[in-house]
Amino acid sequence: MDDVVISVRGLRKRYGDLDAVAGIDLEVRRGEIFAFLGPNGAGKTTTVEILEGFRERSDGDVRVLGTDPARAGSDWRNRVGTVLQESAPEPGLTVRECMQLYAGYYDAPRDIDETIALVGLQGKEETLGEQLSGGQRRRLDVALGLIGDPELIFLDEPTTGFDPSARRAAWSVIEGLRELGKTVFLTTHYMDEAENLADRIAVIAAGRIVAEGTPQTLGGRAGMAVRISFTLPTGIALTELPLPASSDDGRVAVESERPLADVATLAAWANARGVDLPDLDVRRPSLEDVYLQLTGSLE
Amino acid sequence: MSGQRTALQLVAHQTRFELLAFFRNRQSRFFTVALPIIFLVIFVSVFGNDRLGPRGIKASTYYVPGISALAVIAGSFVNLVISVTAQRETGVLKRRRAAPVPAWVLIAARALTAVVVGLGVMTVLLLLGRFAYGVTLPSRTLVGVVVTAVIGAVAFVCLGFAFTSAIKTEDAAQPMVQAVMLPLYFISGIFIPNVSLPRWLRDVAQVFPVQHLADGLHHAFDPATRGTGIVWSDLGVLALWLAAGLVVALVRFTWTPVAATG
Repeated sequence: MDDVVISVRGLRKRYGDLDAVAGIDLEVRRGEIFAFLGPNGAGKTTTVEILEGFRERSDGDVRVLGTDPARAGSDWRNRVGTVLQESAPEPGLTVRECMQLYAGYYDAPRDIDETIALVGLQGKEETLGEQLSGGQRRRLDVALGLIGDPELIFLDEPTTGFDPSARRAAWSVIEGLRELGKTVFLTTHYMDEAENLADRIAVIAAGRIVAEGTPQTLGGRAGMAVRISFTLPTGIALTELPLPASSDDGRVAVESERPLADVATLAAWANARGVDLPDLDVRRPSLEDVYLQLTGSLE
Repeated sequence: MSGQRTALQLVAHQTRFELLAFFRNRQSRFFTVALPIIFLVIFVSVFGNDRLGPRGIKASTYYVPGISALAVIAGSFVNLVISVTAQRETGVLKRRRAAPVPAWVLIAARALTAVVVGLGVMTVLLLLGRFAYGVTLPSRTLVGVVVTAVIGAVAFVCLGFAFTSAIKTEDAAQPMVQAVMLPLYFISGIFIPNVSLPRWLRDVAQVFPVQHLADGLHHAFDPATRGTGIVWSDLGVLALWLAAGLVVALVRFTWTPVAATG
């Protein structure tokens, strides 16, 4: 059971008559990058704050590193790193001074220079935190979350507002945490982020877990039909096609269980009719499609 | 025993960085350090440094304790409210609470910083008064000066932490603090002797701690004062405000942003 870092059973958080979190179960294992997804107002932040020990729960059993976070003290906080969704740098302190301040809070902190290098802030050590760019501030935040050398790290929307290259850089930092053997609890709005980083994903919507799985299998993604789509050739009616198809604004879609055979059928038919199938696209549903389907039906 | 020493070391660690951040901040340097000194210089130049009253006390001997009260309040209340509210609303306090540092260490270090700043500026005022304006130093009543200033500083620190709970956004902190403090400075004998105020205004001032800090310091600085220089009635009122501030702070102070919605 030492392998289970986070264990949640029947977690419930009530605000007045509203169940913001309506009885959820979660399990995160050691060394895993676990992505927790959900639309705004779905109970995501409430759940994370309960796990971080910032909020009391109404009901249910929560164990993080074997301890109830609502009752946890300094020993527990020595083992947990928290990168909050929004937190400004320490006012008036340089990057190095911020790191020295936080290093002083922990029993066995990491090396400061090494941690600054890990998040890619070398050369910025003597810069005031307030003078860093948005992306650099976020890296400093991650560095402050790591300075205590935690076993478990909460990353709450770590790349919101990043440009694509800064996001890639942040991903490699998070990949680096996996190599260090850390457990990462990641919340994010970006499906590509979850797909690239996460070992497992859970989706929360309207206070309930609506799906859980790997990026490949989430929400039955692996068994979902592939979508073959193209623009309807001029002079051809939808009913003339060799396969059942639906149309939306001249764009035709065929849901296919056997994409290779169905593409061959369509190609043979088009050749025989002497037409092209413009803008042909064969696509497995993206994680984003699955996510929107899972969360959209509940709104 | 060693655990206790570690906690004290943590307070020293935190205080060191709080002081560093304080002196890096241009606003803090101006409003909390420079402004009381400028006030002293201006008041003495405008109103002269004549000997006043039947006992012939120099005007500067009146202004040094009055502006000292202002300096203590600027360091331990005004600056604290503005900086702590900003740190709460920008998530700085919440992130610190996610670390294993105990809450009381953070509070104690911030309080210590405020007291050190307030008493530090007061010392500068005292030295300036002594060497530039020939103010009589209250050597015999030094106990009264120190005790009154320390109790006053701690009272305003407690009131400061309590007051942050009434402020929702960091932008509101500065105007709210000034709206409370500026009128009190004027009716409490900080700038002008309050004998020239109408009776009812003096009665109003008697309720609030500013009057009692200023009065306690005036008395302790008065060359005619004998004994310790402590005015027990003033200390008593300051202690009551200290206790009230502490209770409100313990009940209402929060570490997480108030304005942000979850």
